[in-house]
Amino acid sequence: MERRSPAFSIFIHLCALLLAVVILAPLVWLFVMSISPAADLSAKPLRWWPQTVDFSRYGLLLSTVANSAGAAFTASLRNSLVVSGMATVAAIALAIPAGWAVSRTPSTGWSLSLVIATYMLPPVALAVPLYMGLAALGLLNTVFGLALVYLTILAPFTTWLMKSGFDTIPREIESAAMMDGAGLWQTLRIITLPLAAPVMGTAALFAFLLAWDEFFYALLFTSDQRAKTLTVAIADLAGGRVSDYGLIATAGVLAALPPVLIGFIMQRALISGLTSGGVKG
Amino acid sequence: MSGTWMTTRAWLLMTPLLAVMIAVIGWPLVHTVGLSFTDAKLVGTAGTFVGIDNYVRMLSSANFQRTLVTTAWFAIVSVAAEMVLGVLAALLLNQQFRGRTALRALMILPWALPTVVNATLWRLIYNPEYGALNAALTQIGLIDGYRSWLGEPGSALTALIVADCWKNFPLVALIALAALQAVPRDITAASLVDGAGPLNRFRFVILPYLAGPLMVALVLRTIEAFKVFDIIWVMTRGGPANSTRTLSILVYQEAFSFQRAGSGASLALIVTLLVTLLALAYAALVRKTAGRTA
Repeated sequence: MERRSPAFSIFIHLCALLLAVVILAPLVWLFVMSISPAADLSAKPLRWWPQTVDFSRYGLLLSTVANSAGAAFTASLRNSLVVSGMATVAAIALAIPAGWAVSRTPSTGWSLSLVIATYMLPPVALAVPLYMGLAALGLLNTVFGLALVYLTILAPFTTWLMKSGFDTIPREIESAAMMDGAGLWQTLRIITLPLAAPVMGTAALFAFLLAWDEFFYALLFTSDQRAKTLTVAIADLAGGRVSDYGLIATAGVLAALPPVLIGFIMQRALISGLTSGGVKG
Repeated sequence: MSGTWMTTRAWLLMTPLLAVMIAVIGWPLVHTVGLSFTDAKLVGTAGTFVGIDNYVRMLSSANFQRTLVTTAWFAIVSVAAEMVLGVLAALLLNQQFRGRTALRALMILPWALPTVVNATLWRLIYNPEYGALNAALTQIGLIDGYRSWLGEPGSALTALIVADCWKNFPLVALIALAALQAVPRDITAASLVDGAGPLNRFRFVILPYLAGPLMVALVLRTIEAFKVFDIIWVMTRGGPANSTRTLSILVYQEAFSFQRAGSGASLALIVTLLVTLLALAYAALVRKTAGRTA
């Protein structure tokens, strides 16, 4: 190991401190805004720490009293959960058979490459026909229609992850089971899927995060509390005439909590996923 | 088992995925191509065939050309800054210091924060009357009076780029850090014994390990930056005076605000073509890089 001079060591620690401040300052400020009284946030000079801590906005947004700000927010929270959940389950259900097929029969791989290449399509290239199609089917402004559209983003991604996961499970284990008389379906259910469970979990969490984050399609295809998701509700708040910035910040904190928790939980999986993707190119 | 049966079975297993993909991507894309040759409106009239009129009109419009420049500037500056900051942060996180594990864990936070929440947060920070940036800069004495960071054409795009970088450079840092940890210890040790300085060591010993993963990050980030919509819509909606209007915002306005589905479709396909060309150019570059370092 290289010996470090004291000056270099101090330099490293200062840089680390700077990086920590850059990452944390905006996030801490978002939280501070959410618990500061409205008067503190519009004070000049600005009060960086509230005189009295005020958690009431959290109660306000999470209340379900009819026609309150809370009712709109909790409806969008529920819509986000339902849409992301449905889209994730559907994307995994499509990805398992397709991912396994491509993994075991490489000659069909080109079709998956084609599916993955759709990542380059900007959503605006599909938006008009999708809008017309959803309108014709009566699926505009429904959670089901939005979840269906989210498959354009989620399914290519989960299939690719599942395929990489199946690649790491040796075929020999499957052939052994089949030699013992197990059918294809039995082999997959008893042998392959349990071994692929960790990858499936990672793929599901990634898919959920992608759906939770989606904004463009939700903006276009939803119009009221029946289907509006959190991202649209927050953009409405931010762009509207809300005079209490703390309320906008509170909505942001609440919307960020699930993905931030998931991010911490799957840190290891995330980083290994990134690296393997990087190495394989 | 015979090869033909294996192949048939594979296609059968892929049918559900392919059917859904054709329904939600393939058919809409074909439909967009069809629309782009008509003067169809979003609702009502199906439109009549107008040939390549939409393409000619869009490509020659000053709006499109200006928007293309804005998009390219946003993509180049934000991705370049994210790459540089990401590699610097990774080099730092690869050093020994107290709190390194905690700092590494923190890097997940901006990545996990939803894009719309990030945009909203920075919109509040840049607020012209009560924003934290104005307050901090005034209290330090760097500016005399509060400014409208997102309200002035001169600063809005830069303010957006800063917000985008803050969210995305940690991801580049994590990718680069994972690559750095794959550099074998004895190679760096040997280069030290041979008397290589820090810059030479970075260029000839460390960079070859970083090149592959960084190229992938560069491709993905550039494609995303070219398609950017969410952060701009929430922070400025393309304003002020269209100074932050990117291609996706322009397509949205054409197709949905002005309800001109036909010309909106042609514009969307022009954007798609640009992104595809960009990706192909990168793919060629990746192959070259891989050839050199292998």
